Amino acid sequence: MTSPVSRLPFALMVCLRYLREGRMQTVLILAGVTGGVAVIIFLTTLISQLQASIIDKTLGSQAHIVLKAPQAVNHTTLPPEQTAAIIQPRAQRLQSIDQWSAIAKLAEQTPGVLAVSPMLSGAGFATRADARQAISMMGVDAQAYQRIVRMEKYLKVGRFDVSGTHAVIGVELAKDLGVTVGDKIRLVTMDGRDDLFSITGIFDIGNRDLNRRWVYTSVKVAQTLLDLSGGITQIDLRVANLFDAENIARPLQAQTGLSVDSWMQTNAQLLSALKSQSVSNNLIRAFVTVIVAVGIASVLVVSVVQKQKEIGILRAMGASPRRIMSVFLLQGGFYGLIGSALGSALSLGLLKFFSKITRNADGSALVSPDLDMSVVLSTCAMALAVGLLAAALPARRAARLDPVQAIRV
Amino acid sequence: MTDTVAIVELKQIRKSYGEGTPVVTEVLHGIDLAIAEGEFAALTGPSGSGKSTLLNLIGLLEHASSGQLLINGQDTSDMTDAQLTALRGRTIGFIFQFHHLLPGFSALENVMLPSIIDSGWSTARAQDEAMRLLTQVGLKDAAHKRPAQLSGGMQQRVAIARALALSPRLILADEPTGNLDTHSANDIFELLESVNREQQSACLIVTHDPALAARCQRQIQIVDGQLV
Repeated sequence: MTSPVSRLPFALMVCLRYLREGRMQTVLILAGVTGGVAVIIFLTTLISQLQASIIDKTLGSQAHIVLKAPQAVNHTTLPPEQTAAIIQPRAQRLQSIDQWSAIAKLAEQTPGVLAVSPMLSGAGFATRADARQAISMMGVDAQAYQRIVRMEKYLKVGRFDVSGTHAVIGVELAKDLGVTVGDKIRLVTMDGRDDLFSITGIFDIGNRDLNRRWVYTSVKVAQTLLDLSGGITQIDLRVANLFDAENIARPLQAQTGLSVDSWMQTNAQLLSALKSQSVSNNLIRAFVTVIVAVGIASVLVVSVVQKQKEIGILRAMGASPRRIMSVFLLQGGFYGLIGSALGSALSLGLLKFFSKITRNADGSALVSPDLDMSVVLSTCAMALAVGLLAAALPARRAARLDPVQAIRV
Repeated sequence: MTDTVAIVELKQIRKSYGEGTPVVTEVLHGIDLAIAEGEFAALTGPSGSGKSTLLNLIGLLEHASSGQLLINGQDTSDMTDAQLTALRGRTIGFIFQFHHLLPGFSALENVMLPSIIDSGWSTARAQDEAMRLLTQVGLKDAAHKRPAQLSGGMQQRVAIARALALSPRLILADEPTGNLDTHSANDIFELLESVNREQQSACLIVTHDPALAARCQRQIQIVDGQLV
């Protein structure tokens, strides 16, 4: 019975035979490629999942971009000639964004912006009987706001209903005031305006301070209590691509003259940490790739030396240098292809194992066991390319061997 | 010889090594030689006389330093490497002293190799032809064995079958029996004789054995790079 390998084209046939002949070498280098691919896929997937998780936890409760009225500044006339002056910063009053409706529309039409939520916020107190807490009253349109911050994720009890004199408060404030859904609290602003509110929902946004300070009401009620009729103090934006936020914020600032802050400015340290993580991941990937390439190249260099005589015989039988080169290029391609298939499977196994053993503080899975196919495909393509490139030099050497010298070995 | 066709013609062939360096060694000094179609010739001479070099030149594995080499009437002087490789594959069959079979392939696959390397033969055709050749050399039953599973004599017979794969007009054998016992050596020689008779392939056999040389139609002697 003829082996099915005999029916393959010449170069492929010889390649597969050589791989089988040097079984130990083949297995070892395949293990190397498999390990390298698995490490790259696993680490990349893990880090991007963890980054997404961090971003979600940190930015999930924030707007990506916030537009506010510019800070009021003192206009001064300096005394003539070299005189030093100390200028006291101006105390900031609550001020509405001029023409906020037009600006909200402009923001909506900006490419990359997914959602717009005009709101106003101002300082005040929440009281119930003797208990009293300083708060930040947040007047929002419930629907628009929930496109920015997915409040349903954070609600512990009740619902996000701010219609009429309904209010939604945080868990810490609820604890401090000793209230729950259905109870009433009084909200008082700095101007002394107040009203009684019924609690419809209690949230836990993951930040104790915010859980203690933020109180959501409707825009209309907040405008009344904060004495800002028809006014809006900030416009929150959500963008499609997080890392594009600065590129969207700067032009908006130039167009509107408002103070426009992206999350990248207000969370500069987080951004820096994320960037460092990405840099170290890329470094690991680069080193692993180099090591795998060197491994493949060294195995093939040795193979060419071992097979010198056979190469000479094949050349004597009429094999062109190009055919000989194909044999070794195919070997490199084989290592890359099979190694990446095995490596992908291994990385899936690693992810599944890791997702089982690591948990969040609340017991939920820290990492999902799902592979990102774009990462898998790009890594496999890279492994194949590395296999071919690593094989190129040894393959060329093999093709250039002098048949007579090679046979004499 | 004038009315027989020459399969190989050498005209004033010289070969030197070390060209471009201070020490140049001329190994072949102006060889004139013609081998007719179907001729069965031995190439003899002491060690270091240039026998193998001459064989490699005729086999297009090496280039002459000067002179003209015609294979089947074609002047090889201006041929590219690709053309020489193709000509070698089509026209010349090699048998070496050490069988030089590929160890990872069966006897059948070894014999198939020249056919599938560059001839455009289908694998099925190559297989059928290889089987026919193995039968011709008496090794039909050993077709699927690896070289390591065969005796020295059997390995050399597989090598001969391989050399015959593309029905070459010229067979070059460098000490084909040098590594075998007397009995096997005799078998191999008889096989070569029968191939020469039946297929009219010219054979040029390098041998140290005077008895074998005497059995050839013609003895070509080379001493110190010159024909005597």
